[in-house]
Amino acid sequence: MERIPILKMGSFLLVTIQVDMHDQLALTLQDDLTSRIVRDRASGVLIDISALDIVDSFIGRMLGNIAGMSRVLDAETVVVGMQPSVAITLVELGLTLPGIRTALNVDRGMELLSASKGEAGGDGRQDG
Amino acid sequence: MGKTRLPEIIAHHEKDLLNEWMQRQNEFLRRDRISEPQSRANSHDFLRALSEALSRNAGMDLARNEWTNMRELLADISRQRAIQGFTPSETATFVFSFKKPLFARIGIEYADDKQGLADEIWTATELLDKLGLYTAEVFLKTREEVVLRQQQEMLELSTPVVELWHGVLALPLIGTLDSARTQIVMQNLLEAIVARGSDLAIIDITGVPTVDTLVAQHLLKTVAAARLMGAECIISGIRPQIAQTIIHLGVDLSGVLTKATLADAFQLALKRKNLTVSRS
Amino acid sequence: MVVKTVELPLAQQEDVVVVRQSTRSLAVEIGLTIVDQTKIVTAASELARNTVVHGGGGKVRLEILKEASKQGLRLTFEDSGPGIPDIDRAMQDGYTSAGGLGLGVGGSKRLCTDFSIESQVGVGTRVTIARWKG
Repeated sequence: MERIPILKMGSFLLVTIQVDMHDQLALTLQDDLTSRIVRDRASGVLIDISALDIVDSFIGRMLGNIAGMSRVLDAETVVVGMQPSVAITLVELGLTLPGIRTALNVDRGMELLSASKGEAGGDGRQDG
Repeated sequence: MGKTRLPEIIAHHEKDLLNEWMQRQNEFLRRDRISEPQSRANSHDFLRALSEALSRNAGMDLARNEWTNMRELLADISRQRAIQGFTPSETATFVFSFKKPLFARIGIEYADDKQGLADEIWTATELLDKLGLYTAEVFLKTREEVVLRQQQEMLELSTPVVELWHGVLALPLIGTLDSARTQIVMQNLLEAIVARGSDLAIIDITGVPTVDTLVAQHLLKTVAAARLMGAECIISGIRPQIAQTIIHLGVDLSGVLTKATLADAFQLALKRKNLTVSRS
Repeated sequence: MVVKTVELPLAQQEDVVVVRQSTRSLAVEIGLTIVDQTKIVTAASELARNTVVHGGGGKVRLEILKEASKQGLRLTFEDSGPGIPDIDRAMQDGYTSAGGLGLGVGGSKRLCTDFSIESQVGVGTRVTIARWKG
């Protein structure tokens, strides 16, 4: 079964989505991530969607689920690299990805995660 | 096209045809825009292309292969003249003015054959009408392409995205915004945000006299899209009249950062990045 | 006038990916802007998934249309599934619908130039969307 690779970067996990996912792959990713957060005691998850040229409601829900699950496991999630046309389409669709933090790229994402690790409340740059 | 002797007629009388045609063209066409040698060359090429197509039994359908050379020639001439400032009628007249000399020659060749004369004249006029109209069509298309290109250039010139500081972009909008232009401008901004890795963008509308609902909505959508991408937008330069219009329209700016001037917006941007300006 | 037609099955999730890719390539073919491409591909993804997950499987027909000087891309999704009992409500439902049917259909409408939906309980559903260039 194909899986999307999850990399460990210090105390964070990095997922780079590069394939056109079908639903099962997305569900598998959610499961894998949950296990890894626990196994690696990760405090943050970075999801790089710069290669995704569409984000539909299913993927939106997947991202929301991952953010929710991570939070329960005491890890923060940041989604990075959203393409402009994807952002515009989501706005038109009315999908605001509530509870999901975003950053322009992996570097910024890591800065965001590091910053919120140090503060209890975090920087609060949340969407929705 | 029935039996036609146009190819022979043209070949036989070529020199005279060309001269008379040039004479007629000189009456119609503007000498200041085009040189005689150029007209003559165009006319000569036209006759050549016409003879060639007719001798290959091209028929009346200009879309056929046999007319390709003629179509390309007319397209070139037309484009040239469009750029030189001719009107579509003037350009089509290039073709139409060939009728009189041609008909005169047809008259000579069919002196004893009234029916043949009538048929040949009809064939000639039908053909030249089509060629003339084709010229006018190409002309109009060329003009459209020029206008489109100019619009594009103006759009790019008038909406540059400026990097004020590392990670801070500014988009000073000037002039009236229509829905189409706003969309393009906003897309450019979002792409610049990605390209330069800037998570702060100031959209300054000081130079925009009025804002309607559609434009206001596009602005808001852009701010929302930027936020989804991980960047923040500040809208600055909202004049009192625009502020009133926006309230009237019921547009909800509550989630958007706004500042009266670009300078204030820049200050806010620096603060957000924990930067200060100090005297050296 | 239809100048090109592609028919694709929608039986399993992998088919949704194929439909996305096909839609993208046809959208590129008629010269839609990147944003417009993304919009119709996203709508196609939503509706394709609905057909597979809620419609019990079906098919989609992609067509390139040409009218005077305009070009458009039209997709027709068909299934013989349970049908939608209350279409108006389905179109309005936001994210509240856990199955995603609401957001998919209502949101998709916003992303397209043309949109129409017919559904009969116990018979099936047909959704047609289109985006025109320009």
